Amino acid sequence: MRSADLLGFAVGAARGNRLRTALLMLAMAIGVAAVVTLTALGDGARRYVVREFSAIGSNLLIVLPGRTATGGINPGSFVSGTPRDLTVDDAQALLRAPAVQRVAPLTVGTSELSVGGRLREGMVIGATAEFIDVRQLRMAQGRFLPAQDWNRGKQVMVIGAKLRNELFPNEAALGQFVRVGDRRFRVIGVLAPTGSGLGMNTDELAIVPVPLALAMFNTNSLFRILVEARNRDAIEPARRQVSEIIKARHDGEEDVTVITQDAMLATFDRLLGTLTLGVAGIAAISLAVAGILVMNVMLVSVAQRRSEIGLLKALGASNGTIRMAFLAEAALLSAAGALAGYALGLAGAALIRALYPQFPAYPPDWAVLAGLGTALGTGLLFGVLPARNAARLDPVAALARR
Amino acid sequence: MAAAGAGAVQAQIELQGIERVFHLGDSVVHALAGVDVRIEAGEYISVMGPSGSGKSTLLNVLGLLDRPDAGHYRLEGRDVTTLSADEQARVRSHRIGFVFQSFHLVPRLTAAENIALPMVLAGLPPRERELRVRQALAGFGLADRAGHRPDELSGGQRQRVAIARATVMRPAMLLADEPTGNLDRATGDEVVRLLEQLNAAGVTLLVVTHDAALGARARRCLRMEDGAICRDERQQGAAHALG
Repeated sequence: MRSADLLGFAVGAARGNRLRTALLMLAMAIGVAAVVTLTALGDGARRYVVREFSAIGSNLLIVLPGRTATGGINPGSFVSGTPRDLTVDDAQALLRAPAVQRVAPLTVGTSELSVGGRLREGMVIGATAEFIDVRQLRMAQGRFLPAQDWNRGKQVMVIGAKLRNELFPNEAALGQFVRVGDRRFRVIGVLAPTGSGLGMNTDELAIVPVPLALAMFNTNSLFRILVEARNRDAIEPARRQVSEIIKARHDGEEDVTVITQDAMLATFDRLLGTLTLGVAGIAAISLAVAGILVMNVMLVSVAQRRSEIGLLKALGASNGTIRMAFLAEAALLSAAGALAGYALGLAGAALIRALYPQFPAYPPDWAVLAGLGTALGTGLLFGVLPARNAARLDPVAALARR
Repeated sequence: MAAAGAGAVQAQIELQGIERVFHLGDSVVHALAGVDVRIEAGEYISVMGPSGSGKSTLLNVLGLLDRPDAGHYRLEGRDVTTLSADEQARVRSHRIGFVFQSFHLVPRLTAAENIALPMVLAGLPPRERELRVRQALAGFGLADRAGHRPDELSGGQRQRVAIARATVMRPAMLLADEPTGNLDRATGDEVVRLLEQLNAAGVTLLVVTHDAALGARARRCLRMEDGAICRDERQQGAAHALG
């Protein structure tokens, strides 16, 4: 039998029983759509996190107080108790490291901001002039905190775009005063809206000089020190140098954690990549179920078409031809179902993107290929048994039943 | 025809000591018990006998749908009982045509597609198939029924489609099992005349029937009982007298 005729025969048989064909294709389609949509979700999460991390700046190292690296609890954790403060002087000392380009000390707290009668709870960041360059932010109006001694600061403030709209809905913000606790800050700049940045939305921030923030929150310890290495290759030396400097200043004890952006990125990338793989595996189970359904439906089909099979044999079809005819039908239905499922999955991913524009939910290529391949594979695999049953039918018995 | 030429030296069909045994539970049924028969190319034979006498089993063995448990079946000089399943399928495809009582048309295929089916299975090129289907449709008076499905055809038309399908590969013999069993008398006569015309053109025709009138039309009649041929009668000029 010619392959074109084989295909035509399979199409004819599939169209001969539309309900059966539709059910089979639906099962396959759901399986493939699940793989495509779920991996789009998983991979979207991965891309989202990667993008968020990239948004906080490049060649970045983050110094945080406390030893939070791997290893869990050891006897030392109990002896040392609370770690030493990470101070502004520590940050200043980091400028001595040759691999370091810029240093931005950071402290964070929440406080009540008030303008006239308007009150708002807001996040207040203590920062220095370097912050804007390290975080790669841009100004919409005015200017950022002036470069000055990190231990002294004027009572000035830079606010995010959203905060500006809330505090000064109808008037110009520049030059106005905002009261934070018992201090008054003059607004000297407004940040351009960005929208993202690792959970800390810069649009809602109020930024004041770091010494004033430390005084307001009554603490000596910084929240973080952002360190920018001179270039990509300098990241690792910078990490070493930063660790050494802090260690020397803290009586030889390594009580800070230095994270490189790349390391964080790689970790999240791996984590979410594994998650996507796991989700794809779960979705693949539905494909296996669809494959078993293919087998069921094809077995029933063989039973229903006994006399047709007997006739084909009487007309000179070899066992091989009959096997191929039924396999072609199973493959055809699986392929059609898989393609329909692919379209459905793409539609699902598009729907997710429409609902959450921030979320880049595109199915990864490997998942699409694996999904389609598995669908075809299971369809063929589970089509083998029914096809063999059909080929083995005794023509006399098959023809005798009416 | 090559088969007809060879017939002078050896028979087209030669059965020697054919046995077919079925096991039904504990009992053993000898559907065929030592059948010996020679059939020359172009013969017109009816097989008659009571139910269970082995007529249909004989037909199935002749058509290579069933394998005998013992004995030899020589078709055109070749022992076909020892052939592999695929080789037997090839012989069925090219040398044997079947006509069934219940037509056995594929319901989802049109008349033309049903007729083309053996050629599709044999892998004939589409151009050749188209030509032969057109000839067959015209020859069997079905030209205006080409695109109709079996459920849109009358009984006589269905059987004509089935006969067209059985002959489209130009087989050496036609095996018909009660070809008129599902038809009324007039349509049945029409179908029988069609089969006899094909026989007159040189195809060996073997008809299994209960119908005494139909059986009497054949030039040779095999009567079966208990799996054996009990009488082998030549009926002088029967077909021509009635045709």
